[in-house]
Amino acid sequence: MNTYKEKAFRALTYIASLFVILFLFGIIFSIFKEGLPLFKQVNIKDFLLGSAWYPTMATPEFGIWTLIIGSLYVTLGALIIAIPLGLGTAIYISEVAGQRMKEISKPVIELLAGIPSVIYGLFGMAFLAPAIRQWFGLQVGLNVFTASIILGIMVVPIIASMSEDALSTVPKALREASSALGATHWETICKVVVPAAKRGIIGSILLGFGRAVGETMVVLMVAGGSARIPHSIFESVRPMTSSIAAEMGETVVGDLHYAALFAIAIVLFMITFLTNLVTELVFLKRSAR
Amino acid sequence: MKYTLIILSLILIATSPLIAAKKNQLTLTGSTTVLPIAQAAAEAFMDKYDVNVSVRGGGSGVGVAALMNKTVDIANSSRPMKAKEITIAKSSGVNPTAYAIANDGITIVVNTKNTVKNLTIKDLKGIYTGKITNWNQIGGLNMPITVISRDVSSGTFEVFNEKVLSGSKVIDSAMMLASNNAVASTVGDTPGAIGYIGLGYVTEKTKIVNVENCIPSIQTIKSGEYKLSRKLYMYTNGPAKGNTAGYLNFIFSPEGQKIVEEQGFISVK
Repeated sequence: MNTYKEKAFRALTYIASLFVILFLFGIIFSIFKEGLPLFKQVNIKDFLLGSAWYPTMATPEFGIWTLIIGSLYVTLGALIIAIPLGLGTAIYISEVAGQRMKEISKPVIELLAGIPSVIYGLFGMAFLAPAIRQWFGLQVGLNVFTASIILGIMVVPIIASMSEDALSTVPKALREASSALGATHWETICKVVVPAAKRGIIGSILLGFGRAVGETMVVLMVAGGSARIPHSIFESVRPMTSSIAAEMGETVVGDLHYAALFAIAIVLFMITFLTNLVTELVFLKRSAR
Repeated sequence: MKYTLIILSLILIATSPLIAAKKNQLTLTGSTTVLPIAQAAAEAFMDKYDVNVSVRGGGSGVGVAALMNKTVDIANSSRPMKAKEITIAKSSGVNPTAYAIANDGITIVVNTKNTVKNLTIKDLKGIYTGKITNWNQIGGLNMPITVISRDVSSGTFEVFNEKVLSGSKVIDSAMMLASNNAVASTVGDTPGAIGYIGLGYVTEKTKIVNVENCIPSIQTIKSGEYKLSRKLYMYTNGPAKGNTAGYLNFIFSPEGQKIVEEQGFISVK
């Protein structure tokens, strides 16, 4: 009986993990199947580097360069905000805070990661965008700057939580040796602990990048949506994810526009897949933990 | 093991009404513009008859695709089906039949601080293609124009594109927002903004501009005098029968058309 149960249990877990892999390959297969037909009619170079996105015109143009730039701008903006905040929080929790503070603050930060993105978007649209419009005397508040702030707040928990993990795995002996040599607490953090946790920290930043580049709801709601290369951070952009989300609902299935949206999905998938791969292989070697 | 069995049977009991009720089930999918009408009509219809009506959004394209796949009874669409879609549908044995259930006017809105009262189609085209960039060029205050448009694949954009742009491109600095509400709230917050929304979405925060000296109103839209108007459709596979016909008849009844008006649209009767 026991061995029978044992076997059944093994089979169940095996099937469960098989399903997950199947889903992954199913998704990859279908985005490629739907997206690749575009390139029979549109040159890959024109698609990636063309800067006119007019998919529903009589002679449609499918250039996604402005969309790629839009995604990169808001993502870099988000990282500029999230890296200092996230890293600062991680150092505070791991190196400065007392035991009690540590036990409170880490779950609180992880709670921030659990807020649905549409709520961040609503907050940005209803409160932050009008405020930014007033503070900076702008025409509209839906722009790169606003989107970066909201995305930045969303990425902070990822960077903070993973960097904190990396910092706390730095051996105690290193810190003690540094102190014994006469280094202050601050010097120990800057010159010993952070460099020792470098891999984990960079890994967390890359994962944060992947999260920000793939975020859809927030950019759809606060980035404004103009498909062009912005001249300042106070102009609106149209990231790749917003294009897919906003346009998919009304396209004719099987149309060139439909294929183009899947082709954008391929580009997006490649970007996140490569960042995750690099992160896993180079920076977060599982065995080294 | 015992618990799993109990949970499984509970799930079965909980979902059985769904399975059992399938006979009297009516499903609608499609345009988010038609959604409020379809939803309100469904609620009133369900109060009267023993039919379970479920309404989903997704967009006109999604509705039409669902009709082709025979997964819905009615596809809601804010535009007539395209020739290509009809061809695809026919090749898979679906015969789309259109029912125009409501009239909708696309209203041009500006910020309440704006002094401009009337715009011609030519002005609108100039603004949306980037030839007119300041309100003082068309008799307003000295204030740069912030052009707000809808996503190029929304049904609302398609009508605007057809009636105003006549094939020209919207300037690339125009903000493309994803919903009527987003346009209304952005125009309400932005002094120099101009946008277009369905008549049902006009709020106190925005000001309606006349087009070609014609106020968007029930009379002017019904008569076709107001230029920026369109019809909203429900598509069925072949002429409606059974519950589908019952639901459509309800929408065409005086009570149903009253719901259309309550939702901010204009009746077809």
